[in-house]
Amino acid sequence: MAVKVKTLEELLKPPAEAASALSTQEYYVNMGPQHPISHGSLRFVVRLDGETAKEVMPVPGYVHRGIEKMCEHLSYRQMVHLSDRMDYFSALMGNWAVSKTVEHAAGIELNDRIEIIRTIMAELQRVQSHVLWWAVLGMDMGAATAFLYGFREREIIGEIFEETIGARLTMNYIQPGGVMYDIQPGFVAKVKKLISYLRPVIDEYDTLLSGNVILQERLRNVGVLDPKLALSMGCTGPVLRASGVPLDLRKVQPYGAYAKADFNVAVGSKGDSWDRYYVRVQEMRESLRIVEQLLDGIPEGPHMVMKPAVRIKVPEGMFYGQLETSRGILGLTLVSDGKGAGPIRAHFRSPNYNNLWVISALAPGWRVADTIAILSSLDLVIPEIDR
Amino acid sequence: MHESVVTTWMMTAGAWQAKTWAELASDALSQNIWLTVAYIAGGLIGSMTAVTILGLALIYAERKIAGHFQCRLGPMRVGPHGIFQTLADVVKLLMKEDIIPDRADKAMHLLAPFLAMGATMLVIAVIPYSPLLQLVDLNIGVLYVTAISGFGVMGILLGGWSSNNKWSLLGAMRSGAQIISYEVSATLALMVVVLFAGTLSLRGIVESQMDGWWIWRAHGVGIVAFIIYLIASTAEINRTPFDIPEGESELTGGFHTEYSGMRFSFFFLAEFLNMFVVGAMAATLFLGGWMPFHLGGWEGFNNVMGLIPPIVWFYGKVFFIIFVIMWFRWTFPRLRVDQLMRLEWKVLLPIGFVNLLAASVLVLTNLYFFPGN
Repeated sequence: MAVKVKTLEELLKPPAEAASALSTQEYYVNMGPQHPISHGSLRFVVRLDGETAKEVMPVPGYVHRGIEKMCEHLSYRQMVHLSDRMDYFSALMGNWAVSKTVEHAAGIELNDRIEIIRTIMAELQRVQSHVLWWAVLGMDMGAATAFLYGFREREIIGEIFEETIGARLTMNYIQPGGVMYDIQPGFVAKVKKLISYLRPVIDEYDTLLSGNVILQERLRNVGVLDPKLALSMGCTGPVLRASGVPLDLRKVQPYGAYAKADFNVAVGSKGDSWDRYYVRVQEMRESLRIVEQLLDGIPEGPHMVMKPAVRIKVPEGMFYGQLETSRGILGLTLVSDGKGAGPIRAHFRSPNYNNLWVISALAPGWRVADTIAILSSLDLVIPEIDR
Repeated sequence: MHESVVTTWMMTAGAWQAKTWAELASDALSQNIWLTVAYIAGGLIGSMTAVTILGLALIYAERKIAGHFQCRLGPMRVGPHGIFQTLADVVKLLMKEDIIPDRADKAMHLLAPFLAMGATMLVIAVIPYSPLLQLVDLNIGVLYVTAISGFGVMGILLGGWSSNNKWSLLGAMRSGAQIISYEVSATLALMVVVLFAGTLSLRGIVESQMDGWWIWRAHGVGIVAFIIYLIASTAEINRTPFDIPEGESELTGGFHTEYSGMRFSFFFLAEFLNMFVVGAMAATLFLGGWMPFHLGGWEGFNNVMGLIPPIVWFYGKVFFIIFVIMWFRWTFPRLRVDQLMRLEWKVLLPIGFVNLLAASVLVLTNLYFFPGN
């Protein structure tokens, strides 16, 4: 299934004159780059007929920083810092994607302690990311209280990160060959307390927003994403799983310590905005299950198998590594000439970039407000689209 | 029995002067014209002051209530518990630059906020605050209130139209469609009470509730009408879940996107005062206005209730309804524009008509609690 996407020039042509005094005339508006929905700087050119969206064209590029080009001048360790700045809501998973690819390329073997710590941290971050997405969705739907509730939980998870990692947003924690710092002594007890706190809170989210008839009306049957279309457009993560395709790298190609944990992949049936919503709510619960199972089995051992000062030697060739972030599959392709301290070419396959373009297939025919609902259910993080 | 209740209450609360401010002014006309002028000036200044204080109090209340709903404290810095925060904001808004967008319809753009505000002010004049305090009592009070509050949408439409901004225009059009639709249901709900009370005068309606408030005295239809009125009027004043004309996340601010400074705050103040008007109308028509809560036969209880001054009863009821409306806002998401229309035309309107029909049957058969005279 192919989707015809018009170019910006085509879209910005002045609309045809109305045929008679009674017929309506289409017009276009710029949604963004400064707009509450853009969640950063993303521009949509929307062609409207009254309240109905006829065409939605994303125009990315407002926060492009050339991260991939910068990687060519950095060492493998330094690349980790930039991966934080892409999808900052799953910064640890960005770190991990770089580390995983570099470790695979350089042939670094890790111990169980490192794998389990990485998995726990990544899953906590997934909960944090989904909590924030839930909060922002509430805001986009007009429920401002949800926004504050989500931020409350985000802070609490952030404090756990801060204690071990020292940072709250751009973590720079997972390094090639280990993790930057060992976990703090009280870490396990604190995370257990956090889990027992978060479980009822997620139920509370259900009572505040999920069960609300207005939210259901706004999300159900809105923007149905066909699984075939989703696959052909390269959607991954909750967006794809909501359409009924159970593609989750944690299950399909287990990495880290995911093989040790027992969890379900949340899958939707219809692919509408509601499925995308509820898949994420379920994922929060599953992530807590994973963390709970892994917490007691953290073995002793060093948190780094390789000293940070050691230069990583990657042989000549092209390497690819991928993992599941909160938003889908993040892949990294590295090309090494076998001589330098860093890659000669790096390319990220970011989940948000592919998920973004679905909007131009889903939104036409729906109202302005539905465009917002669909966008919000796609959970886009703009700096990762632009990189 | 009812007479005795009323007389005790009159004695405890003090005999009231059953004259409105306008009547006092016209009486004074025969004696001294300057006294009339003084009455008019006093009324104007008094209501202006009252409106300002009310606006400040409501904005403060909204922020505090929102804060506590959202697990935070709300304003805390300016004055004890932040009570002067709104004043500080007013000063800020006064100092802000008044921006008129390029190619906006200048005259309309300047006029719009005053239209929105003016409509609200006109309604506030007829509300009976207490037996002693009412500016004007019109014999067509209910009709006047519905007509004038519909006039407020002119300000919103003009503001959105003249801003030369597509988002503003969308917001204004939504607002126009929404208010025209929901006005019908709100009026149908008010008609139920008018049928029972047999008068359109707001003072007359309050006095007709001496034996019991219409919300429960009118066998079932009262409560249905009250709920319809609450929903429809929440939509009329653009509050969540019906705040689609502002639709912050969709329209960046809706009809007031291009407004800044004091002109923006006029729209804002009008919204809050409209909330007061809705609360006052609901209290007057359904909850007995300034009438205290009385139970037939419970002399002691009624006497205790009568000790509370009527103005406290009135404001208590009004603020309760305002609190409910704020509660809506900080709980519900926003409806979509077509769902909003469906709710009105397919749900509220049929129920409203059936309810009005049932009410007229009840009135004809004299079938309600305490039919009295």
